[in-house]
Amino acid sequence: MSEPLIFELSSPGRRGVSLPAPDVPVKPVSSYLPDADLRATPPGLPEVSEVDVVRHYTRLSTLNYHPDRAMYPLGSCTIKHNPKVNEDMAALPGFARLHPMQQDETCQGGLQLMYELSRDLAEIAGLEGVTLQPAAGAHGELTGLMIMRAYHEAHGHARRKVIIPDSAHGTNPASVTLVGYETVQIPTNAQGLVDTGQLAELIDGETAAFMLTNPNTLGLFESEIRTIADIVHDAGALLYMDGANLNAVLGITRPGDMGFDVVHFNLHKTFSTPHGGGGPGAGPVGVRSDLVRFLPTPVPVKDGDAYRFDYDRPDSIGRVRGFGGSFGMMVRAYAYIRANGPDGLRQVSENAILNANYIMRRLEKCYPRTVLVHGTQNETPIPAEVPCQHEFVASGTRFREHGVRMLDIAKRLLDYGFYAPTIYFPLIVPEAAMVEPTETESKESIDRFIDAMTAIAEEVENDPDLVRNAPHTTPVGRLDEARAAHPKTLNLRYRKSLAE
Amino acid sequence: MTYIPNTDADRRAMMEAIGIGSVEELLTVVPDDVRLDGPLDLPSALSELELHDTMGEMAARNGSADRMASFVGGGMYDHFVPSAIGHLAGRSEFLTSYTPYQPEVSQGTLQGIYEFQTMICELTGLEVANASMYDGASATAEAAMLARSATGRDRVILAGSVHPHYVETVRTYAHGPGIEVETLPCPNGALDPDLLASALTDDTACVIVQHPNFYGCLESMRDLERVVHGAGALLVMAVDPISLGVIESPGAYGADIAVGEGQSMGNQVSYGGPALGFFAARDRFVRRMPGRIAGQTVDQAQRRGFVLTLQAREQHIRRDKATSNICTSQQLNALMATIYLSLIGKEGLKQVAELCLHKSHYAAARIADLQGYELAFDRPFFKEFVVRTPAAPGEIVTRLADDGLLAGIDLGRFPSLKIEDGLLIAVTERRTRAQIDRLVEALGRFS
Repeated sequence: MSEPLIFELSSPGRRGVSLPAPDVPVKPVSSYLPDADLRATPPGLPEVSEVDVVRHYTRLSTLNYHPDRAMYPLGSCTIKHNPKVNEDMAALPGFARLHPMQQDETCQGGLQLMYELSRDLAEIAGLEGVTLQPAAGAHGELTGLMIMRAYHEAHGHARRKVIIPDSAHGTNPASVTLVGYETVQIPTNAQGLVDTGQLAELIDGETAAFMLTNPNTLGLFESEIRTIADIVHDAGALLYMDGANLNAVLGITRPGDMGFDVVHFNLHKTFSTPHGGGGPGAGPVGVRSDLVRFLPTPVPVKDGDAYRFDYDRPDSIGRVRGFGGSFGMMVRAYAYIRANGPDGLRQVSENAILNANYIMRRLEKCYPRTVLVHGTQNETPIPAEVPCQHEFVASGTRFREHGVRMLDIAKRLLDYGFYAPTIYFPLIVPEAAMVEPTETESKESIDRFIDAMTAIAEEVENDPDLVRNAPHTTPVGRLDEARAAHPKTLNLRYRKSLAE
Repeated sequence: MTYIPNTDADRRAMMEAIGIGSVEELLTVVPDDVRLDGPLDLPSALSELELHDTMGEMAARNGSADRMASFVGGGMYDHFVPSAIGHLAGRSEFLTSYTPYQPEVSQGTLQGIYEFQTMICELTGLEVANASMYDGASATAEAAMLARSATGRDRVILAGSVHPHYVETVRTYAHGPGIEVETLPCPNGALDPDLLASALTDDTACVIVQHPNFYGCLESMRDLERVVHGAGALLVMAVDPISLGVIESPGAYGADIAVGEGQSMGNQVSYGGPALGFFAARDRFVRRMPGRIAGQTVDQAQRRGFVLTLQAREQHIRRDKATSNICTSQQLNALMATIYLSLIGKEGLKQVAELCLHKSHYAAARIADLQGYELAFDRPFFKEFVVRTPAAPGEIVTRLADDGLLAGIDLGRFPSLKIEDGLLIAVTERRTRAQIDRLVEALGRFS
């Protein structure tokens, strides 16, 4: 039974919230505003009572899977437990009702938090300066690229190109285009790593940067990272780290120590802020010392005992959004870092890595790790002795002979009560499934997941239709995606206007 | 305090199962020369109880609107947030889930997006809307990028009365791709249509205006629309969603794209975020829109359902050819806005807007009567207005904070506006007459 739209629950005259009567003298609205600017037709919002609203959104909520219910092994997204205390801290009225346009004197607690979080993230990254302004990981990438462009411009030549591995997140090349650069793709080698020889050949005086994720999107650590950094720096380019996989390196190694010049953090991955069904996130960016002058303005600073926003930054790229950033997410990340401390953060990464390797090794017979040999459709195995880091990518090509795709296996996993891994990414693994358990799954939870994946592999052999037609137990079955791709399906208003 | 459930015994069992003796064996791939040789230099761990105390003290050092009467606006506003919003949006099912990549188990989020898109189209009077943007400023910048790609023109004009943060953000985004940005001065509090006409060229992609603008004033939208479209440019309007309860919709004014800051719809100001941006446009631009869009469809059993759609625009499919790089946006905040609009409803939105009108006009009239104060602009305004002050506005704001009043925004903080004696005062439905009278009395001390 599907839930009606809130508009379909509307009944004229119903109200969901009461408002006070005016306590000041009242004049007709037309005495305040010109007639030509008065709204002719009121917006078609629903008319519903509070109980209608509460029940509607409560019922809708029950249609979602979520990590408070069970493991959510969505690789690359680091869906870890979101500590409840973080929510309470962000909701403190002293934070939640603090206005960003107040003068700094009345915002000392907020500024202190931002200052300390910047400092902590800089330490975690092994870099000099941090901006907290970007609203999400992709926004952080864009900001980082703008900073790198400003660096090259300050050196007299903006350059044209950014090199990106073929295993990169899609946001990387999209961000490159937005900043006016061209993407040059570098193929991954048969070990699933950057081919340093190829990199040395591709890089030249027009290369602004090399963007890399480490561990990379196959979950493999780029052991030659220092060599890579040398190649990049020798060409006068900058090395950018997509921090999506930072959950693997906390307290073990630091982007700055690896030779990265710029990194973005995903507070909603590594630092436990909840994902909200697709945001809000936050994507702070850390940079090495000579790039600090290009950071977005303003930057929180400390003068003596007082904190303030510094706007006097003539070399800054400017603002990338309004106000100071997604402060509520900073509060949660700050609470998380303070709760863990330095030892706790290292344990986070060690446990995330152990959990991932445990699953990888126990599933490798059914779900082997492979990578495509560049330019071919041939898979080559990742050797078992190469550990993964916090995640791994398995190939599902062996199920093809039964007419089953990784998509089917992902859907079948929903029937077992788990969310699905990330599938069909990265693009260099055929029938890819990227599994990231995070450190907040217990052994029992992980064992249940392994059992489910193993059982599905057996189902493929014995009853492939059961898998091909999954899911069977979810609120809706597989949806016709093509049918949704028209303006008339994108909102109710358009549909109504067509009918009129 | 860590949030790791496994014990040493669990770890030993796992290591044994995969034939290793220590986690270090999994870290051999990390070369020694990049290893951190000691612990991170961070404060030591706090228990949950200590965390409450430490952060509670930090929060208490702020002069927030729970303790002060706030007349601060400038793009974010102290509007009332009904209780049901936090309780519903705080449900784990909405709070902790991720982007609805598996629609069969994400219908709650997806239907919420569809309802949000519908409400934004209703508010703005435009045909299509996306699932949310980061905020009003970045949504405005994305609108400029869309206008450029849709028109093939490389110049963007902004009214100088647009929020300075939006102007700065558009400039930042425009720099790399080489988009020329021009800001037209608005010394009278709004953009002069004749000035705009003289500035428009046949390479202008769009004109961006805010209505009500940063000063709270209404623009001459009908005249501006004629001038913009007469030059073949697109009209981008940044709007305050609460104002749309009484003020005409962007669609009715003829706008091509409407964007805005959605915080006022059921989100806390939270020192600048997270809130949400919204983005709506004419249907012909739908394939150029940034961000996620949900669409209605059916499953195999012909049951109604919702999916993310038109994904060929997006970065995970198109990579360097994508219309935008946006991935994670502000889904939970958009849900809060959706719940707000459901609770407040058609009549309630009008009522909130009218309360803002009554209260702000009462405050403006009383302040303008004070010796040494005058309204800066002779234009209609919605819930916010600029007064010229007899003393430095920054000084007034600082002094009034001691009286528990957040008096507004010193416009001298924005040098590009060239207004040194302006105080921007916002009055929402949340301010009482007693608070307004206290503000007037306190301001009177500087007369």
